[in-house]
Amino acid sequence: MLAKRIIPCLDVTHGRVVKGVSFVELRDAGDPVEIARRYDEQGADELTFLDITASSDDRGIIFRIIEQVASQVFIPLTVGGGVREVGDVRNLLNAGADKVSINTQAVLNPQLVADAASRYGSQCIVVAIDAKQVAADRWEVFTHGGRRATGLDAVEWAKKMQSLGAGEILLTSMDRDGQKSGFDLLLTRRVTDALEIPVIASGGVGNLQHLADGVTQGGADAVLAASIFHFGEYTVQQAKQFMASQGIEVRL
Amino acid sequence: MTDVAIVDYGMGNLRSVEQALRHVAPDLEIVVTDNARVIEHASRVVFPGQGAMPDCMRELDARGLRGAVMQAAKAKPFLGICIGLQMLFEHSAEGDVAGLGVLKGEVVRFAPNMLDARGGKLKVPHMGWNQVRRVSRFASPRGDGAIAPSPSGGGLGWGNAPEHPLWAGIEDNARFYYVHSYYVKPQDAALIQATSDYPDPFVCAVAQENLFAVQFHPEKSQAAGLKLLQNFVHWNP
Repeated sequence: MLAKRIIPCLDVTHGRVVKGVSFVELRDAGDPVEIARRYDEQGADELTFLDITASSDDRGIIFRIIEQVASQVFIPLTVGGGVREVGDVRNLLNAGADKVSINTQAVLNPQLVADAASRYGSQCIVVAIDAKQVAADRWEVFTHGGRRATGLDAVEWAKKMQSLGAGEILLTSMDRDGQKSGFDLLLTRRVTDALEIPVIASGGVGNLQHLADGVTQGGADAVLAASIFHFGEYTVQQAKQFMASQGIEVRL
Repeated sequence: MTDVAIVDYGMGNLRSVEQALRHVAPDLEIVVTDNARVIEHASRVVFPGQGAMPDCMRELDARGLRGAVMQAAKAKPFLGICIGLQMLFEHSAEGDVAGLGVLKGEVVRFAPNMLDARGGKLKVPHMGWNQVRRVSRFASPRGDGAIAPSPSGGGLGWGNAPEHPLWAGIEDNARFYYVHSYYVKPQDAALIQATSDYPDPFVCAVAQENLFAVQFHPEKSQAAGLKLLQNFVHWNP
């Protein structure tokens, strides 16, 4: 049986892993290569790196980090942040990424998703959606690290990305990110029910029950978390054992 | 002479396959190549693949690599991965395109609206870690590699055939990483080495003499995957 995936997320800036609350107030969490190796040993199913500065000056740093991780860690690696053109996708794949996550630029230029998927295959194109609740049962897509509203409905946008060739959706609730109050389960459920492709739930994990709820109530195919792992509250292995105890299929 | 040639026909990213092979075989000469002569002279060949099968077939031919790949698949240790497994078959439903026809059978898509045992929606692509269940094959008196019922199930008592050397040191039902929407249906059941369930069993590994091919990605399957690659670089069929 296919296992539900646990994906630690490493937000990287200036060569360090950091974690913020609702996209601000960054706190240092360590060296990305060392952290990646530790999560691999703990049984992480994939790793996601988000280059959260993504200014052109810093671009080289993330490539070097990915190269180092990819030569030591043999599980899927996703990299996102600052992907603007097909050439960026190519460069990240060449550095050792298995999947590339596209967020802001998918909104500015949806054709990028189609072009990248047709050139490199849907399996390596993840579309990241940052969504904020704006009404009962309605969530809006935000870009630029959560700073800019788009007017787009998150569920409709996810369906459009699927139709353009996205292989997976990384869905982050901006309301929950860093709050440790659990995923936005209704948002997760709405998006996963609307799609044929896998959905990764993100934003808000504060304990292991939250991870399990993302799967059992949200219907997510994978769950992503950062701070509960970075600051040593839980290991990935503990998370998996907890999920298994709740009857969720995991890779132990 | 090149020890391991990884066939590069311009589709997808071969870096992961290369890195994993270097990790398990640091002393071997491993090259990523689109040169038919290098493939012809290599001791062993890895045939990976990503993307859509029609593009893969077109790019393989555009680089003049069809002959070298087909010859390698019949003559030396050969490992197909993902689309590299699918391309060995006669036909794919993806783009209604002909494959290389090294193996008889076809490539089909997972059905829409599949559900798991609890009524949960099964997504396509099939993405993530799934258990690989080896086919227990008992040596048939006819020597045709037929699948027999297991002895515990009142088997026919042919005696246990040795397991394929590429599984050495890997537990049965170990999990490997997958990402695909299509799977192979070999005509000859004797080729089948392993299956995974999604939700029904589908073929995820085949073998024939010098050839072994898998739907999952050993290069991304941590310890179990690295072990399979290590077994491959030491395999002498």
